[in-house]
Amino acid sequence: MCGIVGLLVKTPDLRARLGELMVPMLIGMTERGPDSAGLAVFTGDAGDHARKISVYSGLIEDGDNFNWQGVAHELKEHLGVSITLEAKGNHAIFSVSADPEIVKRWLKDEYPGLFILSTGKSINLYKDIGTPAEVASRYDFGKLQGTHLVGHTRMATETAVTPDRAHPFTAGEDFCLVHNGSLSNPNGIRRKLEPQGIHFDTDNDTEAACRFLEWRLREGDNLETALKKGFEELDGFYTFLMGTPDALALIRDPFACKPAVVAETDDYVAIASEFRSLAHLPGINHAHVFEPAPEEMYVWKI
Amino acid sequence: MENLTFDLAQTKVSALNSYLHRQSGESGGQKITVINPDGAHNIAVGLDSPVEVEVIGHAGYYAGGMNKTGKVIIKGSAGTGVGENMMSGVVHVQGFASNGAGASAHGGLLIIDGDAGLRCGISLKGGDIVVGGSVGSFSAFMAQAGRMVICGDAGDALGDSLYEAVLYVKGNIKSLGADAQIEALTDADISALTDLLQQSGLNHDPKSFKKVASRRELYHWNADANQEY
Repeated sequence: MCGIVGLLVKTPDLRARLGELMVPMLIGMTERGPDSAGLAVFTGDAGDHARKISVYSGLIEDGDNFNWQGVAHELKEHLGVSITLEAKGNHAIFSVSADPEIVKRWLKDEYPGLFILSTGKSINLYKDIGTPAEVASRYDFGKLQGTHLVGHTRMATETAVTPDRAHPFTAGEDFCLVHNGSLSNPNGIRRKLEPQGIHFDTDNDTEAACRFLEWRLREGDNLETALKKGFEELDGFYTFLMGTPDALALIRDPFACKPAVVAETDDYVAIASEFRSLAHLPGINHAHVFEPAPEEMYVWKI
Repeated sequence: MENLTFDLAQTKVSALNSYLHRQSGESGGQKITVINPDGAHNIAVGLDSPVEVEVIGHAGYYAGGMNKTGKVIIKGSAGTGVGENMMSGVVHVQGFASNGAGASAHGGLLIIDGDAGLRCGISLKGGDIVVGGSVGSFSAFMAQAGRMVICGDAGDALGDSLYEAVLYVKGNIKSLGADAQIEALTDADISALTDLLQQSGLNHDPKSFKKVASRRELYHWNADANQEY
């Protein structure tokens, strides 16, 4: 079991309230996923900076008091790049004016205990172990702003409860995926992708789906074609919710084993595993509420 | 009889259900209104008296499950397993219902005005289900007794491994499951359909339905079938 939530605001005024509207959605899915939580928020482009990199220090000792300022200073010194830092506890977002691969390689060499959560022009990513309420308060989810977000509450069934195995998973840039369900062929997918130089961070089944779909997108498939190939290649039970800089996308396996419900108004599209995570949203009584059909592709653009 | 309102924004579902379980046959006619259900699970499960429960809004999983003689009206959608294992009485969903609606129902009538999800009426054991819209794949899987009326379309594998339940479908059937077959409507079918449609407040010509029933070839082991059915 796990909980999925997604929110895309159509009304620009609501962008400032994205996090505030989402926190009760995430907490509403606590029974479905009490062990970890996370979310990816898409904020629009990174302004003057080329890329944003979300980084997690909770895997190293004393990670909550990690010296992020020191790392930012060293990065500036050694790579001669312009950097802005937004840090809280075990989490930091570096906005860099350089090739993010060079920055990430430097981080990996100098601070191998740090875990890269996401890279992109628009995406910021947060995930950690703890109840959804704890994780939401740890990172001030209520204050997040942006156009759309993808969130997840985890009840681990396939792999261990660790921060890096929490969702969302990311691959490449500005792409993330959350999953309710379990895949039966993640190792087959890995064996297919690893020879192509695709690196996996964990043994988690969801990571295989995330890396497979991002690989298809990178190979030139549009989202629809990539998802079609996903239906052919990914075996198991799933509701997947994915985020790109301009869209949320949802698919369910042919048996619709895992739930999903959508509420749409003129102001927003909200997705959750169950209606109880949508009940608090403004105007919900007049929203178009429906269940997405199995094996159909749903894409909502900002 | 006094009419009561439970506001689930203020009161727990368990308090509502405990109250409902304390009612007896003598409290017949009592009407309970449930407001702000907000997708909560297990609303009005296990009724054992002729009370009427009206839920204003969307219900979560298993609403009206195990119902006996009660009447549960949901003025919204219902989550997984609405009216599952009901014994008698009525559960009426005025919106859509999710997967497994009326699963294993032994008796009573489940009415769904909108669409029902996958596996509607799975393992039906004698209850009646009337769906105003369409049903998803694998509906009436291994249904043993009872009747299902589908006014819209049916998904894949309708009535797979059907026993003695009978299905009536007005729209298209994407595919029939193993051992299910279309049969001609008899006068008894027309009369049953007329009755069920009338009880459900639906206006369709009973003659416009197709009947699906078991071919009964799976009742006995066939060693020559080579696992192909």
